[in-house]
Amino acid sequence: MAEMRPPIESGVPDPFQYMHPMLRRNYGQWKWHDRPRPGVLHHVAESGEEVWSVRAGTQRQMDLYTVRKLCDIGDEYAEGFVHFTIRSNIEFMVTDKSKVDPLIAKLQAEGFPVGGTGNSVTMIAHTQGWLHCDIPGTDASGVVKSLMDELHAEFIREEMPNRVHITTSCCQINCGGQGDIAINIQHTKPPKINHDLVGNVCERPTVVARCPVAAIRPAVVNGKPSLEVDEKKCICCGACYPPCPPMQINDPEHSKLSIWVGGKNSNARGKPQFHKLVAAGIPNNPPRWTEAAAIVKKILHVYKKDAKDWERMADWVERIGWPRFFELTELPFTKFHIDNWRGARNTLNASTHIRF
Amino acid sequence: MAKQIHDTPMLDQLESGPWPSFVTGLKRLAKDNDMMVDLLGQLEHSYETRKGFWKGGTVGVFGYGGGIIPRFSEVASKFPDSAEFHTLRIQPPAGMHYSTAVLRQMCDVWEKHGSGLVAFHGQSGDIMFQGIRTDKVQAAFDEFNEMGFDLGGAGPAVRTSMSCIGHARCEQSCYDTARAHRDIVNTFMDDMHRPALPYKFKFKFSGCPNDCMNSVQRADMAVIGTWCDDMQVDQAEVKAFVASRGRQYVLDNVTTRCPTKCIRLKDDDTLDVDNRNCVRCMHCINVMTKALKPGKDRGVTVLIGGKRTLKIGDLFGTVVVPFMKLESQEDMDRLREIAQNTIDFFAENALEHERTGEMIDRIGLVNFLEGIGLEVDPRMIDYPRVSSYVRMDGWDEEAAKWNERKAG
Repeated sequence: MAEMRPPIESGVPDPFQYMHPMLRRNYGQWKWHDRPRPGVLHHVAESGEEVWSVRAGTQRQMDLYTVRKLCDIGDEYAEGFVHFTIRSNIEFMVTDKSKVDPLIAKLQAEGFPVGGTGNSVTMIAHTQGWLHCDIPGTDASGVVKSLMDELHAEFIREEMPNRVHITTSCCQINCGGQGDIAINIQHTKPPKINHDLVGNVCERPTVVARCPVAAIRPAVVNGKPSLEVDEKKCICCGACYPPCPPMQINDPEHSKLSIWVGGKNSNARGKPQFHKLVAAGIPNNPPRWTEAAAIVKKILHVYKKDAKDWERMADWVERIGWPRFFELTELPFTKFHIDNWRGARNTLNASTHIRF
Repeated sequence: MAKQIHDTPMLDQLESGPWPSFVTGLKRLAKDNDMMVDLLGQLEHSYETRKGFWKGGTVGVFGYGGGIIPRFSEVASKFPDSAEFHTLRIQPPAGMHYSTAVLRQMCDVWEKHGSGLVAFHGQSGDIMFQGIRTDKVQAAFDEFNEMGFDLGGAGPAVRTSMSCIGHARCEQSCYDTARAHRDIVNTFMDDMHRPALPYKFKFKFSGCPNDCMNSVQRADMAVIGTWCDDMQVDQAEVKAFVASRGRQYVLDNVTTRCPTKCIRLKDDDTLDVDNRNCVRCMHCINVMTKALKPGKDRGVTVLIGGKRTLKIGDLFGTVVVPFMKLESQEDMDRLREIAQNTIDFFAENALEHERTGEMIDRIGLVNFLEGIGLEVDPRMIDYPRVSSYVRMDGWDEEAAKWNERKAG
């Protein structure tokens, strides 16, 4: 056998070798910034040097021809350097102000929307989905492409009350994270168990331990070691599925989408908040998930109309109250909106503070 | 010229519309790439059946125990050329800066060994090179590794980290996020490349309390920039802002939105800040980017235990270090020591598949603090205990400790 090459455990690469020279020169010496137009950030350094960053949306899952095209644009307009944001937008740093408009025109001509800054609806944080995940209830790239087509006008403008961060997750682990609006899979039926396979495929004690509500126990089914689920206890979360694929949780009909509202990670104004359930039972309907998109657009429409400047979704709902939220969005309020998980008492109204 | 492309009527519908289409990209690759022809076929099959068809397995590179996400198709008989479609997780440069030269080099390597499909970036921050056969994984990794890039984390390990743009292009950045990202995470390469922890452990580095890296919710250890002196106010710029936007705008959008009502607009159109009651929320600074800035005595707040839903529900991180400087090598060493103590304690005390936040929930914050050698501090809580059901016969000793520290 040929000698194997030992890895170089170099870890996180040093960014300075890949950083735009203007940013390198003024590292830690920036003075202020503004946004001359949607999609453009303008930063001024203590030295007086200025840089314009033009932000464009990408499909995140990119073919190498797209990456090379973005490189061509970077070479022509931005001195050969780019930066990616956490939400898969690409930024081109421009030191010559006169190049900003031609760069924007070029990006638009090549099909990359310019925007995603300030109080826009920026690119949706998304996960892997059917394209690459081993446990997905739905797709990710397709859901995001469909929604961003619908929300394109809000990406390229800055007309929302404050920034809107949307996230999607294709299972209930919620890799997509907290969002002003989160669109997540919500399973509605217990796993379907293939008892012929469990004994050979799954480490049964691990699976039993994984269940958040202790609904799984070892059992012998048809003479074979397997697992059974107490379906009265089961919350259909799918936590057993990753360690035990024969406990199939994904269902073309019964894995639904749910929509959550008011999550934020920033400390601006109020403390960080988790998003809250507002709608569920939405069909998981490829290729364009129109039912989910309609609800997202309705929520955004009401928020845009009713919220005041600088109110994030969470700030707005806090001001108007949840009853008004359901009234304005015309979404049904059900028993499922009332939490019964740990800490749920803290979510109930223990006062006479009620709006009429 | 690759083999005949499958009919994909559902995916075809995702080629229209103003947003860039990943389907168009996949089809471009499929023109001369059989793996992508079948990948498109399998994805269309998922769209038709509303089911996923990937399963995991074991694929790796020599010397490492993680970093490759193995994917084997369950419908390989129909789509044989994408039967193996693994992902290489590659750690990004701190702050996600790239030269076009290095991106082109990455594309060339990926064209040679893989599918040509790449995501900038995954939710943990990795560059995800998606789609490679088992027998080509080592060669692709070797080339990326020679370029100066290294595999990220997967499984029960320290994971790939992210830092915001920070000092590189943000006046609000309160510490050198890129330096901290590299100094801290590179200490734990063994724990990243050889998964042996109870479960995943994530670091994230945000330069200010706007927390652009979402660290409070996504990181076991969130390092968030802040300041401990007075915020910087340029009163001339304040006056200019009031003149251009009007007093009412400032009252409605700056002063009344302050969570502790510590900022007031005065009759002469300057701002008065009660800095002792400012909680460093960033709101006013976000509105008046030219007039207001964080203070000059900058450092970080460290929070531990943020995570997503599995298993006990969503958790935010909890303050364990209210403020520390992060400038000198000694400061960085101290942060590294806290991180090391946390990971050691986690490794020894967490249950299998338990995150740090869940462990703290189970054992209580005080036991955790004692375990990693940090003192209690009222800035770690929203309000003190409301239940009297606790044994307090060590009160005098604990009160003496506090008085001693205060005198300290």
